[in-house]
Amino acid sequence: MTQFLILLLNGLSLGAIYALIALGFVIIFKASEVVSFTHGSLLLLGAYSIARLSESIGFAAAVVVGVLVTALAALVVERLIINRLRGAPVISLAIVTIGVDIILLTELIRRIGPDILNVPHPWGGQSVSVGGIGISENRAIAMVVATVLIIAFFLVFKYSSWGVAMRASAEDGETAALMGIRQGRVSAVAWVVAGVLAAVAALFLVGAPTPGVSAASYTVALRAFPAAILGGLDSTGGALVGGLLIGLAESFAAGYQENLLFLGRGFGDVVPFVVMIAVLMFRPSGLFGTRELTRV
Amino acid sequence: MWAAWSAVAVVLLLLPLYLDEFWLRLGFASAGAVIGAIGLNLLVGTTGQLSLAHAFFLAVGASTYIYVSGESGGFGLSDLSGLGLPPVIGMVLGVLAAGLAGLLFSPIAARLRGIYLGVASLALVFIGVHILNSWTSVTGGFNGRATPEFAILGFTFGNSDPDLTVLGVDFGEAERLWYLGLVLAAVGYVYAQNLLRSRPGRALQTLRDSEAAASVMGVNVQAYKARAFLVSSMYAGLAGVLYALSVGSIAPESFGLLVSIQYLAMIVLGGLGSVGGAALGGVFVTALPLLFQRYADVIPLVNSTPGEGGFVPGEASRYLYGLAIILVILFEPAGLAGLARRLRGLFRGDQRRARPSRPTPDPAGHHEMPSTSDRPAQGSTTT
Repeated sequence: MTQFLILLLNGLSLGAIYALIALGFVIIFKASEVVSFTHGSLLLLGAYSIARLSESIGFAAAVVVGVLVTALAALVVERLIINRLRGAPVISLAIVTIGVDIILLTELIRRIGPDILNVPHPWGGQSVSVGGIGISENRAIAMVVATVLIIAFFLVFKYSSWGVAMRASAEDGETAALMGIRQGRVSAVAWVVAGVLAAVAALFLVGAPTPGVSAASYTVALRAFPAAILGGLDSTGGALVGGLLIGLAESFAAGYQENLLFLGRGFGDVVPFVVMIAVLMFRPSGLFGTRELTRV
Repeated sequence: MWAAWSAVAVVLLLLPLYLDEFWLRLGFASAGAVIGAIGLNLLVGTTGQLSLAHAFFLAVGASTYIYVSGESGGFGLSDLSGLGLPPVIGMVLGVLAAGLAGLLFSPIAARLRGIYLGVASLALVFIGVHILNSWTSVTGGFNGRATPEFAILGFTFGNSDPDLTVLGVDFGEAERLWYLGLVLAAVGYVYAQNLLRSRPGRALQTLRDSEAAASVMGVNVQAYKARAFLVSSMYAGLAGVLYALSVGSIAPESFGLLVSIQYLAMIVLGGLGSVGGAALGGVFVTALPLLFQRYADVIPLVNSTPGEGGFVPGEASRYLYGLAIILVILFEPAGLAGLARRLRGLFRGDQRRARPSRPTPDPAGHHEMPSTSDRPAQGSTTT
């Protein structure tokens, strides 16, 4: 029972991190109709910048700069490439982000090499006890920060003028444009916000119990894709639920690995993808996604 | 046009008499990639279904071949099992198994609209690598497994058995595989080209342009998507077998996400929807890192020993095709095939205007398509 609760708590904290990434993924899709395969390498960029910069300018400054660098990179991608392709087919947009991803990822992996870069979090790997259940300090803080950020995001999304503009453009881009909403700006802001969320997620994703920033961090980031998809690509609430579901599934599969050995060692790593396929079989547009209807 | 094609064929058939092993092996590796790229192109370019699962189907083909044609026995710490059947049967079963895998995935794929499929297909790659790592008795697990030599009716595609010398040139493994690759790639090319010109090919293109319109015209959307998946994954299975033959062994990391992305790069660079373009892209993306490797000391900024500054050949080629993907999508969505068509148009512009009733035949097979289809995957849901 205790193990169950430990896994539950760990799953929720991991899920909160995934939810941050998935949320960025979803708002990019809502604002610019782009399924951003660049997201994995953006996240790695954030993690890498924080790890490298904290050697010279200290942890706190490195986090700020790392987040800014990631947001800036996202903005550059949007301005230089995505913005020029407004109205292009969704597949072309997705493919172009794969191109960006190849370049960014190759460069980052070249710089990281075979090393594991350590991020000197001031909070260590020791565990804190929440109601008698142990969880690593890093994950506990991640959960708090993620909750705060997600609440802030939903408030902004609902009440700020950018949030309203963004929801209007997602609903009907053409009408929104006619009402004077600048699509380009909405999309640019969405990319920046997604970049910030990805960098913050990266900060916690490479902390305990994960050893640090390595080429493998990219694969971890990719597990947030299923989170966005199974919640429904155009649903912010879905991203949240999807993130938590994936986090829980991964945590339980890893924790009860001994009982799942017939599925092969390390099954926990692929569980997010198995869950996604299972959900998509019954709900092709995800749990909360809008179903596409066609009028003939 | 026939004259040009025959000339190309003759040159390709004669090349083994003159080229050394490096180029012949590069040719065989390219032939595998060409087949795989043509297959992916049928799915992504023609039918408009974005798939990142290609590496998975390659893996199915390659492992089936190795399992069916390999011998049982202990290898290191692991016990490998194999059926020890003739390699031709292994190849056929490899293609069929990949097709079956595609067919099994297609009910899920057919329900997903374009972009959901793109991300969902990622799942197959990760699940595939996991299976390759875990199912040790068939795939050799983490360490991988050696590929049995290919042979047809006692003629092995190896260095001996029978020894063969043609016009004073020893025909070893590289020479023999070159011809195998050439024949298979040519068959794959012609089949795809004919498929696109046939009724089902037209149906697939309509499906890409508008699913609603296609179903109104009597195209069974689900069934055609499933068939596109079937054919595309069979091509991938054959490409997987050729890959295993060309490298000599398989390992889980040979079928990771990067491989899927490489195949996507091939068809985007070549031009979505064009068979010839896919073939060109396949050769380009396969040859690039090998050429960088071979000419590392001549090409600036490329250095084959890591840690000495400059880029390792693999990295250099990844930068290049990553950049090429972006440039192609931004400036020439029809890719290399589109560039070729444009060049031809420049030269033949006057002729065409003189005889509008008989358009010049076009090897890319685009001459009968409406102009909107020249741009790939266009306008699926506008208005």
